[in-house]
Amino acid sequence: MPNNVSTFTRGGVHPDDKKALSNAKAIVKLPLPSQVIVSLSQHLGAPAKALKAKGDSVVRGEKIGTAASFISAEVHSPVTGTIKEIKKVTLANSLCCDAYVIDVDKDAPDPVWEKHDWKSESKEDLLSTIKDLGIVGMGGATFPAHVKYSIPKGKKCEYLIANGVECEPYLTSDHRTMLERAEGALEGLMVIAKVTEAEHILVGVEMNKMDAIEHLEKVISEKGYPIEVQPLKMKYPQGDEKQLIKACTDREVPSGKLPLDVGCVIANIGTCYAVYEAAVFHKPLMERIVCVTGESITEPKNILAPIGTPIGELIDFCGGFINDPYKTISGGPMMGFAFHDLTTPMQKGTSGILCIPKFEESETTACISCGKCVNACPIGLMPTMLYKNINAGRYSVAMDKYSLMDCKECGSCAFVCPAHLPLVHFMKTGKKLGRKKK
Amino acid sequence: MSVTVSSSPHVHMANDSTKQIMRDVAIALTPAALWGVYQFGFRALVVLLVSIVSSVLTEYLLDRKDGKKSLKENSIGDGSALVTGLLLGMNMSSQVPFVIAILANIFAIVVVKWIFGGLGSNWMNPALGGRVFVFFSFTAAMSRYVAPRSLASLMPDTIGGATPLAFVKTSIAGGVSGLSASGVMDAAGYPVTHFAQSVSTALHISPYAVDAFFGNIGGCIGEGSAFLLLLVAIYLLHKKIISWHTPVAYLGSFAILTWVFAGLRGGLGLFQGEILTQLFDGGLFLGALFMATDMVTSPITHKGQILFGIGCGFFTFLFRYFGSLAESVSLSIIMMNMVVPTIDRYIVPVKFGTVKKAKKERA
Repeated sequence: MPNNVSTFTRGGVHPDDKKALSNAKAIVKLPLPSQVIVSLSQHLGAPAKALKAKGDSVVRGEKIGTAASFISAEVHSPVTGTIKEIKKVTLANSLCCDAYVIDVDKDAPDPVWEKHDWKSESKEDLLSTIKDLGIVGMGGATFPAHVKYSIPKGKKCEYLIANGVECEPYLTSDHRTMLERAEGALEGLMVIAKVTEAEHILVGVEMNKMDAIEHLEKVISEKGYPIEVQPLKMKYPQGDEKQLIKACTDREVPSGKLPLDVGCVIANIGTCYAVYEAAVFHKPLMERIVCVTGESITEPKNILAPIGTPIGELIDFCGGFINDPYKTISGGPMMGFAFHDLTTPMQKGTSGILCIPKFEESETTACISCGKCVNACPIGLMPTMLYKNINAGRYSVAMDKYSLMDCKECGSCAFVCPAHLPLVHFMKTGKKLGRKKK
Repeated sequence: MSVTVSSSPHVHMANDSTKQIMRDVAIALTPAALWGVYQFGFRALVVLLVSIVSSVLTEYLLDRKDGKKSLKENSIGDGSALVTGLLLGMNMSSQVPFVIAILANIFAIVVVKWIFGGLGSNWMNPALGGRVFVFFSFTAAMSRYVAPRSLASLMPDTIGGATPLAFVKTSIAGGVSGLSASGVMDAAGYPVTHFAQSVSTALHISPYAVDAFFGNIGGCIGEGSAFLLLLVAIYLLHKKIISWHTPVAYLGSFAILTWVFAGLRGGLGLFQGEILTQLFDGGLFLGALFMATDMVTSPITHKGQILFGIGCGFFTFLFRYFGSLAESVSLSIIMMNMVVPTIDRYIVPVKFGTVKKAKKERA
């Protein structure tokens, strides 16, 4: 047992982690699908502007969409082939956007990715490489990486923290990355450290991944990196930026502020690997590891797949369904989005596909004011008060007095609610309707 | 393939529902209720059953009236009416006329709960509301007690079925002074069990406290055994159905106030109050562990619960020593139930990030 285990202090819950379904499965590469659907909204912020038209042929790694505003990102073709059409698709998170449907030329040779020496490049050059190659946060929020790593004047990055927490139950893609791609991910982390001029570099990993902690420590000592592995006590939602910063540095990011305001930059471990490929091989972000798991999947796997692969193909690659799935979810069970269409494409932020069978759910009753949600909220909100006000249509009370906008929809409140109220659903609805009213 | 699309989270904590909570509370109350049946006889059991049946039946009929025709969707399924009925029964003397028990339950369910919007919307604990209603309406009938089985043969006729606290109160009102509560009882020859006698000599505490702790005292059916109530409360604490904040603040503040000021009543002066007999008597444990901790009518935050508990302790102290009632636990909790919405309004958790910010601003 390491002796410097830490965690965040307020709230949090302990869901059953269920990671044993796939945490021993080595990463396998998906054979090229015959068609991919690459949306122009792969990231947080404005959708990218299309650069290609119907009928154009594209080469793997070619830029097909360009950043439309400051917070936006480039999109590259993950395959070589022909653009069949540009159509509206609905993503797993119910967002509707334009997407390229690309017929894949399976026989086309993979372009050659030459090795570059990033150490001789300036941090401005590295930053523009990261921007140009469409790197976004791969933990799920998909915030454009170059925006995150640009340190404005007057701020400095005291702590650069790689996020290897993966606190969502079931998911194991980050876990496998740390076991099988540690060298690359850590080198990528060093690239980010150079770009952000970080003073301290940490990797936060939860204790249910002891093998990853040991492996990372071994690689770090072999390479002589100035990186420290911070073991964390298991608790959800530790993978959230604010909770991870609290756990690693004991600093609290105030409401409405960014990690950089307390001198921290967070990078998901998968993003670190993408940065490594970008800096060393100038390879854009066009494939990722996605964990396909759940009790409805015949053989759960961690798959390396091109962005845009229809989710149904990933499931077929895992042997299909073993029973009737009750929910198909993009992401983990706590924050993931349930979707119904298996042709929905995977995105840069799709860390997992979870398919679970029907389970017995208790009925919803009235709120009994037990206060469990208040004790579970990592932000210190009062979900029960938010729920009551939103339910009564008092959006401004919920927003102004009970800080609705600080809710990150982590689901801890709904997880513990004995009345089984869909609290997160109320928060999401309240935010939307409240914004409209303002 | 048909799948369900709904908002996250898609998993829920196992074995945790309103029904489960109510079931656990009902299970937890059972040992103390059975102890009451043992001490006060078969009639106690009938009172409990009458109480439960009238409570559940009232809830069923009301919900049926509101359109929930089938048994499955009727709100009796959440178990809260069962707990209310059980608690109300435990809060009555075994000698109570059945019609009063029925009236109390109807009042609890209809007036205290249903009128305000059913489970979760009542501002006052239904069981306490029902009890206080019949207590003030039928005071004499509600105050008729019998001696428990373990003391029945020893009880002098002059004392009859008076509960210890009521007995002490009447004695002091009648002019007895310069004695502690145990002193008053001792002087009047209030009986104790042999077991309490031997424990008290070994531990140097009042034998009346020992009898009260183990439930060899007269009073309501379920309030006798502080020991059993404490045991099952540990079970509920472990299951996180109750938190320690309310009971500890309640019992603690009451104990301190009693120690400091209770002596004034008997003419003994400050810091002469007798804590243990007061703590284990008069339904305080039943109130502090099971009624004040009622989720619906207690504050949401732990800080609020501590304040709530202290308030309960203060009112119990005030009413018990300087009011007209001997026990007064129900009334104190109801007093504090009234301020719960206010507590919840002003005592809110510190939001993540705000402490550090305040520090920075100061610097």
